Amino acid sequence: MGFGGNLQRMSLPSLANAPAMLLDQPRHQLLERLTEGLDAAALNWLSGYAAGLAAQLSPHGGASTATSTTSTTFAPTAERVEHAQRATILFASQTGNGRRLAERLARNLESQGIAARAVATADYATRELAQERLLYVIASTHGDGDPPDDARAFNDYLFSRRAPRLDRLSFSVLALGDSSYPKFCEIGRRFDAQFAALGGRRLGACVECDVDYEKAAAAWLQTAAESARSELHAPRLAIVTTLRTPSALATREQPFEAELLVAQQVTARGAEKRVTHLELAAPAQRLNYEPGDAVGIWHDNPPECVARVAQLLNLNLDERIGFEGRERTLGQWLTREREITRLIRPFVATQALRAQNAELNALLLAENAAALRAVLKDWQLADLLKRYPSHWTADALVAALPVLTPRLYSIASSRREVGDELHLTVAAIDYRFSDEPRYGAASRYLNALVPGSLLRAYIEPNQRFRVPSDDQRNVIMIGPGTGVAPFRGFVQERVARGASGQNWLFFGGRHLQSDFLYQAEWLDAQRRGQLQRLDVAFSRDQQQKIYVQDRLREHGADVYRWLADGAYLYVCGDAARMAPDVHAALRDVVATHGDRSPEAAEAYLAELATERRYLRDVY
Amino acid sequence: MSADLQLTPVEHAKAASNLLRGTIAPGLLLPTTGALTESDTHLLKFHGSYQQDDRDLREERRLQKLEPAYSFMIRTRLPGGVCTPQQWLALDAIAQRYANNSLRLTTRQAFQFHGVVKRELKTTMAAINASLIDTIAACGDVNRNVLASANPVQSALHAQVYHWARKLSEHLLPKTRAYHEIWLDGARYTGTDEAEPIYGPTYLPRKFKAAVVVPPENDVDVFAHDLGFIAILSASSGSSTPQLAGFNVSIGGGLGVTHGEAATYPRLADVIGFITPDRLLQVAEAVVTTQRDLGDRTNRKHARLKYTIDTHGLPAVVAEITRRLGQPLDAARPFQFTSTGDRFGWTRGHDGREHLTLRIPSGRISDRPAAPWLTGLREIAKIHQGDFRLTPNQNLIIAGIDAAQRTAIETLVERYALDLHRHATPMRLDSLACVALPTCPLAMAEAERYLPTLMDRIEERLGKYGLRDAPLLVRITGCPNGCARPYLAEIALIGKAPGRYNLHLGGDAAGRRLNVLAAENLDEPALLAVLDPMFSAYSTERLNNERFGDFLLRTERVKTASHD
Repeated sequence: MGFGGNLQRMSLPSLANAPAMLLDQPRHQLLERLTEGLDAAALNWLSGYAAGLAAQLSPHGGASTATSTTSTTFAPTAERVEHAQRATILFASQTGNGRRLAERLARNLESQGIAARAVATADYATRELAQERLLYVIASTHGDGDPPDDARAFNDYLFSRRAPRLDRLSFSVLALGDSSYPKFCEIGRRFDAQFAALGGRRLGACVECDVDYEKAAAAWLQTAAESARSELHAPRLAIVTTLRTPSALATREQPFEAELLVAQQVTARGAEKRVTHLELAAPAQRLNYEPGDAVGIWHDNPPECVARVAQLLNLNLDERIGFEGRERTLGQWLTREREITRLIRPFVATQALRAQNAELNALLLAENAAALRAVLKDWQLADLLKRYPSHWTADALVAALPVLTPRLYSIASSRREVGDELHLTVAAIDYRFSDEPRYGAASRYLNALVPGSLLRAYIEPNQRFRVPSDDQRNVIMIGPGTGVAPFRGFVQERVARGASGQNWLFFGGRHLQSDFLYQAEWLDAQRRGQLQRLDVAFSRDQQQKIYVQDRLREHGADVYRWLADGAYLYVCGDAARMAPDVHAALRDVVATHGDRSPEAAEAYLAELATERRYLRDVY
Repeated sequence: MSADLQLTPVEHAKAASNLLRGTIAPGLLLPTTGALTESDTHLLKFHGSYQQDDRDLREERRLQKLEPAYSFMIRTRLPGGVCTPQQWLALDAIAQRYANNSLRLTTRQAFQFHGVVKRELKTTMAAINASLIDTIAACGDVNRNVLASANPVQSALHAQVYHWARKLSEHLLPKTRAYHEIWLDGARYTGTDEAEPIYGPTYLPRKFKAAVVVPPENDVDVFAHDLGFIAILSASSGSSTPQLAGFNVSIGGGLGVTHGEAATYPRLADVIGFITPDRLLQVAEAVVTTQRDLGDRTNRKHARLKYTIDTHGLPAVVAEITRRLGQPLDAARPFQFTSTGDRFGWTRGHDGREHLTLRIPSGRISDRPAAPWLTGLREIAKIHQGDFRLTPNQNLIIAGIDAAQRTAIETLVERYALDLHRHATPMRLDSLACVALPTCPLAMAEAERYLPTLMDRIEERLGKYGLRDAPLLVRITGCPNGCARPYLAEIALIGKAPGRYNLHLGGDAAGRRLNVLAAENLDEPALLAVLDPMFSAYSTERLNNERFGDFLLRTERVKTASHD
């Protein structure tokens, strides 16, 4: 198996389900120990390895009759895994939605006995593309029609002269996007067109999903699974599935109820933004993580937002509503199942149909995209319902509203330092809108929790964002604001590992006195020689504003020298402004101190990214 | 070598500092922290600034994973406490811009700024210097701001005393160029002949305080100082204004104590002789260098001149001083002190000009509801033609008012509620408090912030016995180091822990007698329970004009102060 990396961490199948006569108790335990914590790639490899061993044994009848009789039962699976055609599901994901859908499809196919692998575009060996027979592609579009960070190399390859002919390929594309941006689903569309241009055969039209992707994506997944069955003539039986039982590890769909241990504000009084440090109980078998991963939190919507919506529409929150086979009160739907603090374009469009308001209709016109984006950014459901009144029944509302999505937070700890805990850093989102207070639903929810509360959490792995496996490498971490969170985990991890490489942190905020997140810890680490360099920029502490990118330029010679010596470079935080500004500063640094043209400097950074030494977790 | 090893860390910091430079300059630029390194904080004092942190926030910020809320106190050097209206306006602007909108008048007749953050420290220091007031040696192991009696009534005499206070202060200034380099962008000194002819490279073992006083008022508490000059007037030769004959010299006063350490104690200065004015600087230098060479550099709690004297014996120290002078002192002349307080309200000087002494509790000038004093004094400074004088009792004299302006100033004083002196009780007028919490790192209990409440409580008790208008000298400090000179008060509260104080009783009202520890670790009710019966007895048993402190001693309610 020539791939690894971005596969879902497989849960341990319960060995109790294995036929009892196969393994005796000691071997049972050995197997348990062997497979514990392995990821899917390793497990797949292991199954192939075992199958290979079995193949050596069976033809010569070397094994005991009892086991050989039984093993024949299992042989077809192993044979299939090695030789049958395989479906590849490629995903280019920014927020993890694409990855999740890809893994869902892979599981679905495997459960039908179809060999399938879900691979991130960044992990995909492009030379294999020419050999693919069946390819499903899930592609997110980012920002203004850009590919997600880790899909840039694949995108470049696909549109380069090196791209192979794909005459034997069948494919289907699922495009994810946000219709409030002008180049909606651009990347998916481009991929779809290019696969066809290279000779591929479409299994179906490219499906475009908006922010409320769930329904459209589910339909595409269903069609994809059906097409795979017919394309690959799958066998009926799949042993793999019978062995697999619900995972102990929390998932998005089955989160773990983690206890809140500590909730501590880490900005001082007078800070313009309140940031809270949370510590959760995180037993390894339920919430296993590595520094760099994110934790997904299912929040409850603020009760006053729920009440306001009901009041505006004159609906009864106690009314019981059945939808898609589940029945609960309207209050429960609005609190735990539907987005009411974030608007998306499709819902605004639905509302426009009901409200029949000229102003709202105009807002949806292409030329008013910027105005719409501003509305989507600041307005909540209640604002829309108030400004453009219309009639809704509770049933219709539940059906039309987007499904609630959990919020992701970078994990701010390392298990090696904190044991069975998980730390996260949450910035409160509050602002005033039409003279009323507005809150971010999740940060509001988290800020209101007291120690002892339980909250539904799961791990969203981010294999792309990891400390170097080589402990001797230096790392440069750029994390202004809450972007510093993962670097707390990184430094904890590197210290605990005794990593000999140096750590350099760039932090930025508004005021030294009030919002230098984890300042005391960084200064301690500096004193202990665990953080070799610490550079900070506080934008509002002097006349002209200073940001991390200014500090990068200021220390450009050293930054470049570190990079030239093999350092890893990490950026975490705001995607809209900070990440591009930092990128531009890095380009200047490389150009100035590496004596390169701007284009060559850009290429240098691209190469760093390809080598996975320039890694970003921006949002 | 073994002696070297015992030197205090501060001695090492001084020795390694390259004449007070240390790493202050790069430390000011370090953006990751609001603090300087520990050894730089020792050096910084010599430049007139203390690193402090808001102690009210310390625990909160620890939990927030933030360093303490560091800020800096800056103290000016202002010999005799005299400044012009222009300087007042400059300092007022600095307070508004950099220092919490507040000015504090100290018991050393200086201004203090609080709450200056590190990144603005240099700018603030430069701004103070631009007003022609500096901060050199306002703190640290050097001769600090020189006090002089503030009484402006004897105008000619005050001018002479002020002149000598200035000369003394300037003569004992450190000569290092570090101050100009660090704060005023002075060129970096590259020569090799930079030296401290008086202090030497490690300066003094401990702080050194000097004062010049004009009897019979002892507003400077001259016996609380390492070095004192008591003005002696020549027998009047027909002229109505007295002439300055010279000074009695006193040495070895000091009030700092450490709780629970019997080897530390307050000590009153000894008068060792008389000199003519022309010998003042020479005598001062001889006292300073004697202390420089004989003082204890191995224990900062035993390093003041008072301990040097008690270690070597007064005669030996005086002999060493006269050896350095090459000439003995004359015999001390008689003098008398009658009070330590200020004369509030309007007075007319010998030169016919008017002076108005304002009561400023704890020396704190800020804009508070119903007391917009910072604004009020700014308005006065805008029209005032004379000068301002800070008193050693944290009060303020608007001095040298032209008769034509008296009404205008009086109007402003009323408009901005600066007329406390008109209605406050004598006790309130004379009380002193140090800064203490939340900024002073040494404070163990509240002082300035608690003073108004304490005054209310004591006044209630006094009122019960018809003593509301009895003069009473009350001083409170947050720790035993003595900044508000508590050991000389009739009633003193010395902080031990939050809400708890040692009660000292029995000082006189002229700064000639130390009080004694009456009870330890009292909270407010216990404190009042001790005082109440004493007030009761005082109201019925006191002699004519007998002060409370004297009464306590006479009736043996406290035993006579004694120390070695």
